[in-house]
Amino acid sequence: MTASEQINDTPNPGVNDPYGADPSGAADAVYLSQGGDWDEIAHAQAERGDEVIVVNMGPQHPSTHGVLRLILEMDGETVVSIRPGIGFLHTGIEKNMEHRTWTQGVTFCTRMDYVAPLFNEVAYCLGVEKLLDITDRVPERASVLRVLVMELNRIASHLVAIGTGGMEIGALTVMTIAFREREMILDFLEALSGLRMNHAYVRPGGVAVDLHEGGLDQLRELIKWLEKHLPEYATLCNENPIFKGRMEGISYVDLPTATALAMTGPPLRATGLPHDLRKSQPYCGYETYDFEVQTWNTCDAYGRFRIRLNETWESLKIVRQCLERLEKTTGQPVMVEDAKIALPAQLTVGPDGQGNSNEHIKHIMGESMEALIHHFKLVTEGFRVPVGQVYAAVESPKGELGVHLVSDGGTKPYRAHFRDPGFHHLQAVPVMCEGAMMSDVVVAVASLDPVLGGVDR
Amino acid sequence: MSETTPDAPGPEATGTEVEVPLDPAAQAQQLGTRSGMWGRAGTGDTSGYGGITRALEMPGLAQRPLGGWFDAIVDRLDALVPGWGTGRILVYRDELTLFVRREALLEVARALRDDAQLRFEMCPSVSGVHYPGSIGEELHAVYHLLSVTHNRRIRLEVTCTDADPHIPSIVSVYPHADWHERETWDMFGIQFDGHPSLTRILMPDDWNGHPQRKDYPLGGVPVEYKGAVVPPPDERRKY
Repeated sequence: MTASEQINDTPNPGVNDPYGADPSGAADAVYLSQGGDWDEIAHAQAERGDEVIVVNMGPQHPSTHGVLRLILEMDGETVVSIRPGIGFLHTGIEKNMEHRTWTQGVTFCTRMDYVAPLFNEVAYCLGVEKLLDITDRVPERASVLRVLVMELNRIASHLVAIGTGGMEIGALTVMTIAFREREMILDFLEALSGLRMNHAYVRPGGVAVDLHEGGLDQLRELIKWLEKHLPEYATLCNENPIFKGRMEGISYVDLPTATALAMTGPPLRATGLPHDLRKSQPYCGYETYDFEVQTWNTCDAYGRFRIRLNETWESLKIVRQCLERLEKTTGQPVMVEDAKIALPAQLTVGPDGQGNSNEHIKHIMGESMEALIHHFKLVTEGFRVPVGQVYAAVESPKGELGVHLVSDGGTKPYRAHFRDPGFHHLQAVPVMCEGAMMSDVVVAVASLDPVLGGVDR
Repeated sequence: MSETTPDAPGPEATGTEVEVPLDPAAQAQQLGTRSGMWGRAGTGDTSGYGGITRALEMPGLAQRPLGGWFDAIVDRLDALVPGWGTGRILVYRDELTLFVRREALLEVARALRDDAQLRFEMCPSVSGVHYPGSIGEELHAVYHLLSVTHNRRIRLEVTCTDADPHIPSIVSVYPHADWHERETWDMFGIQFDGHPSLTRILMPDDWNGHPQRKDYPLGGVPVEYKGAVVPPPDERRKY
């Protein structure tokens, strides 16, 4: 510990390598991997009268949900201090988006929180639409499809959270069955958008493509499947003594602490506060859907687990309502009318699964010069967005996912900043873990459900 | 297409008859200029519009009354922290942006959090923006505040210059702004004075430069395909 602190704290003039040895030779104790007399090491440690050791957890550790590094100071099995280190998956998505068109931005931001990609897309597109002032002109069917894919994605994301969280405390079955259900959802999303993950399905002005042929039937099958299998998690986990023993009272965060840490999503709702942006600041027409905000009053990891489980049922309720609305709105447009914004203007299912509509190609290539110009300008330049800045937020499965967009009037974002709930929540790890056991760290991180793609962006 | 963007003049046309404000900071923020018909210089534009030069400015500059609950916020802030703002208030797309004097930021944040009529409990997001074209206010720190009690959102903006990139840290008021300020430092080089440990968070500790500043190149190499060369993204045409 002290050796590493010295490297960071004492400036070494003339030495630029922060990982190199200290040229002054000052080192507390050096333990080499090639071995030594264990008795000597144990004896020296006992002489120091200091029981604290430093444990580095990650960045490659199965229970850190990706490349999260945790630096712990341990006194026996008790965590004295814990510091999360992030940035290992930083890919410069925000910077890259500044050099691509507004439409292309979707394919970048969908790769942030890859467990809940559709929320990134919707948040971004809501922001772009707000800047364009076309929020009210997004067709109803597009909004219904957005809500549908978001809620399916919420179930998938919560299943991953529950499943991997269960796996990390030793309940492997929870993970295997959670991934089974998730795969069914991803199959549907793949049939709809062409991709299992990173769909780039939601676009500024609407969605990329309408529901596929037989989509309603597949959705009905999916709902039936989920209705049959979702109760398994409750039977398996809710009253499981090991599950409860590992989770109850662990990583306690009450309402004042959660407010001081500005937590949102399941960690905040586990304190009993029914704060959900879908209710308090509705978007995509959530105010017209019938669902309840799930809360729990135990402020612990178990409460967060139960909230996630209950929310999958609420999401399924919304999915059923989407199904009804999709039946009613068959054939209606899924993209804004404005031909200067709508890209892709037309898609259809080709022999390879997806492709351009032959009708549309005939129209732009053979019939209408203006349509060709629009198409050419849209593809090469993109559309212009008026100068200004907006903030749009959606309730992602993890909490508030916000996007701050600035436009300078060009065809590319001037600045796109994402407020990822995982990034924000990882700050709370020291508060949740210090003074607890090392095994509780795993439970605490899992109960926050961070996805490092979103944390590091 | 370029001249017919949806509602190009925007809401600055409404209620923004600026009567020569005394404080230059109260004027609309200038982002730079755009020239030509197509937003692109050096083309063989024979339309006659190639000489057009337009100033880009942040829209939404508003005068009192602002409408809705926005006035209540500003009135209360005036009462609690006199002289809090630079005089520039934006109302754009139903969002309120308050430009705060950086010396007053901490006091403003405390008032916004503690006062029962304001009660912005959370600062969910801090973001930076680099405007090299806005001389005298190149760097902006943008704070998005959320009031769960009143179900409101506002945006605070604090500016500083490239030469003096200092803004007081609000971590003492909003502890959760810790990582967001670190990210803004990492990406833009804004130094948040009073932050408990302003270190890099996303980039490696020994990184040079602040990647999301506009003068920091994106990087990338030209790609050749069947004889044609595609330049890297930041060297392609801009419109």
